[in-house]
Amino acid sequence: MTFDYYPGCTLKTKAKDLDIHARNAALALGIELEELPEWQCCGAVYPIARDEIATRLTSVRALASARDRGRELLTLCSACHHVIKRVNNDIQTDDEIRNKVNNYLAPDIEYNGETKVVHYLEMLRDTVGFDTIREKAVKPMTGKRIGAYYGCLLLRPNNVMAFDNPENPTIMEDFIRALGAEPVLYPYRNECCGGYVAMDDKNLAAQKCKNITSSALERDVDMLITACPLCMYNLDINTNTAEETKLPIYYFTELLAQVLDI
Amino acid sequence: MQRIGVFVCWCGTNIAATVDIDTVVEAMKYEPGVVHASDYQYMCSEAGQSKIKQAIKEHNLTGIVVCACSPRMHETTFRKAAKAAGLNQYMVEIANIREHCAWIHKDRKEATEKAVVLARTAVAKLNLNTPLTPGESSVVKRALVIGGGIAGIQSALDIAEAGYEVDIVEKQPTIGGKMAQLDKTFPTLDCAACILTPKMVDAASHENINLYTYSEVDSVGGFVGNFNVKIRKKARSVKADICSGCGICTEKCPSRKAENEFNLGLNKRGAIYIPFAQAIPNVPVIDRDQCIKFKTGKCGLCAKVCPADAIDFSQQDEIVEKQYGAVVLATGFNPIKLDNFDEFGYSQSKDVITSLELERIMNAAGPTGGKLLRPSDNGHPHTMVFVQCVGSRDTTGCGKTYCSKICCMYTAKHAMLIREKYPDVDVHVFYIDVRTPGKNFDEFYRRAAEDYGVNYIKGMVGKVAPTNGKLLVQGSDLIADRQLVIEADMVVLATAIEPDQTAKSLATMLTASIDTNNFFTEAHPKLRPVESPTAGVFLSGVCQGPKDIPETVAQASAAAVKVIGLLSKDKLMCNPCVANSNELLCNGCSNCQHVCPYGAIDYVEKEFRAGGKTSLRRVAQVNEAICQGCGACTVVCPSGAMDLKGFTNQQIMAEVDAICR
Repeated sequence: MTFDYYPGCTLKTKAKDLDIHARNAALALGIELEELPEWQCCGAVYPIARDEIATRLTSVRALASARDRGRELLTLCSACHHVIKRVNNDIQTDDEIRNKVNNYLAPDIEYNGETKVVHYLEMLRDTVGFDTIREKAVKPMTGKRIGAYYGCLLLRPNNVMAFDNPENPTIMEDFIRALGAEPVLYPYRNECCGGYVAMDDKNLAAQKCKNITSSALERDVDMLITACPLCMYNLDINTNTAEETKLPIYYFTELLAQVLDI
Repeated sequence: MQRIGVFVCWCGTNIAATVDIDTVVEAMKYEPGVVHASDYQYMCSEAGQSKIKQAIKEHNLTGIVVCACSPRMHETTFRKAAKAAGLNQYMVEIANIREHCAWIHKDRKEATEKAVVLARTAVAKLNLNTPLTPGESSVVKRALVIGGGIAGIQSALDIAEAGYEVDIVEKQPTIGGKMAQLDKTFPTLDCAACILTPKMVDAASHENINLYTYSEVDSVGGFVGNFNVKIRKKARSVKADICSGCGICTEKCPSRKAENEFNLGLNKRGAIYIPFAQAIPNVPVIDRDQCIKFKTGKCGLCAKVCPADAIDFSQQDEIVEKQYGAVVLATGFNPIKLDNFDEFGYSQSKDVITSLELERIMNAAGPTGGKLLRPSDNGHPHTMVFVQCVGSRDTTGCGKTYCSKICCMYTAKHAMLIREKYPDVDVHVFYIDVRTPGKNFDEFYRRAAEDYGVNYIKGMVGKVAPTNGKLLVQGSDLIADRQLVIEADMVVLATAIEPDQTAKSLATMLTASIDTNNFFTEAHPKLRPVESPTAGVFLSGVCQGPKDIPETVAQASAAAVKVIGLLSKDKLMCNPCVANSNELLCNGCSNCQHVCPYGAIDYVEKEFRAGGKTSLRRVAQVNEAICQGCGACTVVCPSGAMDLKGFTNQQIMAEVDAICR
């Protein structure tokens, strides 16, 4: 199966590891990711203001372009997934936003929210299947205790993201099991890392991250995985600077590629 | 030809604000058969009714159409008025232009058009109405109460005191229900057992009350005055008539793995058990899933030690079939499951408990002997956090949209009792709103907050994280506008309540309606709150909606009064709108007999003479005393022989024609 792939800016710069391993692993699993031509930045933050149209336009361009190519739009970065999926929902449910966006962009065919937005993890679960990963695992991570760190962007708001149960998600734990490792549940796995607050209030983000890693360390994890470059950044700079909270953090695609021995 | 009068009600502004009354009146004047049309502000009032009576006499009317509210509301009122003026009461038709029109439309033009259509539809039907005379049916002078909690017990006691027989069916091995599990009751703090157990004894010893415990209703047939009910007495494996209740068997039972339901799984019980010391009847029951004898064939220790020889491993379920004139539903509630509320960590830590579990912990007869101990290590808690509205007033779809009503008060009670008994314990309560209407309720809550130093925090908890043997409770204080993290030893969740699961199946059996939350629906939310829309079925306690004990008892007594009123009648007027079969058209196919839910149709062999020949044919006959007029038979009849009086096929087609005109 072929997806239109939307990598996003961060994956081209700071989070190259997230991107490159995702592409390689997909290939090994028989999934073709074709990068969407001429994609633009998603805006990185979903605009809360309903009358804010300009920052929604790039997402709509990507969505309409995938629609025109007859493909589902696959995302990987949590922030891109969050913004694009929510903007798609706006187009589907809010007449005013839909009309304004279409009036402004004036596409050949009006965009009405037809494109399905799929996250890479959802693709692994629903298209590839976690069982297939288990079968194709060349170097399973047997004995490793891995904590899934979801963050908030993938899960909330639940009625729009419809990703997993926001209070008790399981998709990443199922993924960890498919890698042959043991998922470790810890209470803060779906708490916010501080996100962009880090730019304004470093201490607050540091405290949030410390809660997350110490809660995971208390349960003896060997490492954490994440799908979000911003979570990776916050967790890394805030916890790996002190010895007592040191904890390896990986993008989930890194471990996937490693298990598939790519 | 009929002489029809049409009366259009304004219902104050309820109808008149949306429907143009004059247009409706004017349009009706030209409908076939209509000789009089008028309107009035409140047609149901004394003055409105006399206007109708006067018009009937003045214009020599043969039937009337009242365009007003739902027939559920005032059909009886207008029938009575028509009867007083000398009309047959079945010559009255109601066009519901309030619930079906004014209340659901905003556009005046559209609503007026629809009101005209509804009115002319009623006129079209009335043109084909014929006077009907209701028959009579008998009343069995016995009531059935389903559910043996405080609601069922109170209803039963009141009915029994009036001199009628009552049977209580309770699915648990004992009566007492949820109230028996409570420690103290607000707002007076008397102990639940002290006020409940005497009532349980009264119920058991009353000569007019018969208890079926560990029993369930299997099926219900019949109708008001004559319900046929099959009760399944589940096998206790103990002969109740011989057992002395000494309890030796429960002490000696070697199986100790079953969760004690009465203590909500906070400790274990044997496979043969009596739920609690004051249980009624004081007869044990064997849990066959847990019993070693039933699982492996070996053991039988209880039978060996029983001094009365009362253990009977071969006992079977027994079906009892009985007739009742009235049924009271008192099926109660349960706390919801917390699967959707993982943020509170109920499944992650033993120290996160529900309020009902706390009741058991606080109870002197509970698993800790009434000592407040932390379940994980039996340690003394120093900080406790209560979270209100767990699953109540929930708009996310994870819980219930309604307010569970009792939680604010019992949380205040818990907090106060803990502060009084253990002043060293810090108690915090997170709330959305504190709702304490009720006699002496708000005073009670204020005492908890002001005199007992309970720390009330307006805001919700976002997460309870079990960390290093403590519970980190993360919440917001909306008044101080800050985020809090409280390091607690125990967290108590005021869990939403929902109707017992049996409500749904009973609703089907009794054709009693339930709402989207599975609470039984009352016949009218304000004016008939203890009656189900199904005749002869009454509602008692939380099965109708969340309530506390005083409200439950009040409603239970109200339901009892309604039952007594019904049972005191010797005859009930039957509904004359019943099916009848045109024997000349009947082809004897039996379709109607198969679909009739009341068993009201029989087939007989009958001689018919036509064209000089005599032939014997099998034809359907309706027992009018049993028929409830549901109309199922008229739909399946292939030859059009089956018809429903008052709702004939012809009348319904006339209505459809009037709508499509």
